[in-house]
Amino acid sequence: MKTKPRTLIALDILALILLGVSSYLALVFAPTEATMGQVQRIFYFHVATAWVGMLGFIAAGISGIIFLVTRNLKWDRVEVASVEISLVFFFITIVLGSIWARPIWNTWWTWDPRLTTATITELIYIAYFMLRQGIEDPDRRARFGAIYTLIGSVSVPITFMSIRLYRTIHPVVIGTQSAEAQGGFNMTSDMRFAFFFALISFTIIFVDLFWNRIRLGALADKVELLKLKVMQ
Amino acid sequence: MAEQSITSKPQSLKSSYWKAISAIVWKDLVAELRSRESISAMLVFSLLVILIFNFALELDIGTRRTVTAGVLWSTFAFAGTLGLNRSMAVEKERDCLDGLLLSPVDRSAIYFGKAISNLTFMLIMEVIVLPIYSVLYNINLFNPGLLLVILLGSIGYTAVGTLLASMAVQTRTRDLMLPILLFPVVLPILIAAVKASSGFLSGANINDIFPWLRLLIAYDVIFIALAFMVFDYVVEE
Repeated sequence: MKTKPRTLIALDILALILLGVSSYLALVFAPTEATMGQVQRIFYFHVATAWVGMLGFIAAGISGIIFLVTRNLKWDRVEVASVEISLVFFFITIVLGSIWARPIWNTWWTWDPRLTTATITELIYIAYFMLRQGIEDPDRRARFGAIYTLIGSVSVPITFMSIRLYRTIHPVVIGTQSAEAQGGFNMTSDMRFAFFFALISFTIIFVDLFWNRIRLGALADKVELLKLKVMQ
Repeated sequence: MAEQSITSKPQSLKSSYWKAISAIVWKDLVAELRSRESISAMLVFSLLVILIFNFALELDIGTRRTVTAGVLWSTFAFAGTLGLNRSMAVEKERDCLDGLLLSPVDRSAIYFGKAISNLTFMLIMEVIVLPIYSVLYNINLFNPGLLLVILLGSIGYTAVGTLLASMAVQTRTRDLMLPILLFPVVLPILIAAVKASSGFLSGANINDIFPWLRLLIAYDVIFIALAFMVFDYVVEE
């Protein structure tokens, strides 16, 4: 059995340090926002976790397609890893967003395009894992999983666009703000630094988790194989 | 009569594809005509859903005007899963699906055959539910725009539904899986269909309804194409 690669260990440590530093930047270094106050500090991690969720979502769709083309079970492990990470990070995004929305929008929840789309994505992921659980044959499990992520990655953007045809109150901090958005603000240069630092840190955390999870999947498959050998 | 037309003379590849599709549709329609299992179950179920909505939402004249489209589409979506599940379950019984797969036709013909027969059952159910709803709530649903929305919505619903039902039937949990797999991905259809239907029912400007119709058409085209591409992977052994 191979031991953990050196690069991965280094990446683990780097990810932890970056998480610490970006927490400091978000909670202490960045100036307090004038109208919203301390609760605005959620923004840095809220966007960063959403970004990781998005990366996982895209990685899942792409690895699904690659699996269907190559039929290599390695890509199935990549797909499971990305779905799992995306599921967890979108959940964190939703929770953080709710905590922010309570004082700013005066409600925990609203059926805004982004919020609804994030929830639907979570439901698709849960359905994905339930589907996989119901299939024993690993090849079929991988095939159905890939097809379902493919369907999901096509339908989620359509859902987003279709709800966007209504009006939205979700603020857009980067890019053009819609007139109805509530809770938007302009970033100062310190805020921008904390924000982009968090974004980059979380991208590295994503890569680290992704790598670890794929490695875990490969090891689990190996254990499965060895078990079968022993039983024969 | 149908058998004669299927077994007649060698044909070009294209027409044999259509023959395969129509043979599957024909088989399903004849089986349904004799057993009347799917459609009657869908119909009774949809009436029960409407009954539940009636008491859950207190459908008085004021609310009726605003929620009719929502009630109709929830009814269709719930009742639709019964038909979709049934249509693949009968193929799984006594390994009929293996028989279909052994036949020398393109696999996607099997998908289109099943999808068209599912669509037919769904449309029959809807055509019966609409007048009943009209009578029960004294609301005129014979609006060509609404019928168009129902057709477009049902096409998208069955296109995805048939694909997912053929996956769900091969899992351990079988029919339990279908609604969980189907509803989150078919949500754009339900959003657009409800919006367009209520637009037509309230006599809104066609310019306001048009984006929703466009969305329905786009969804239909995208998912028919997607199902056509991936169905081979679903039924492969």
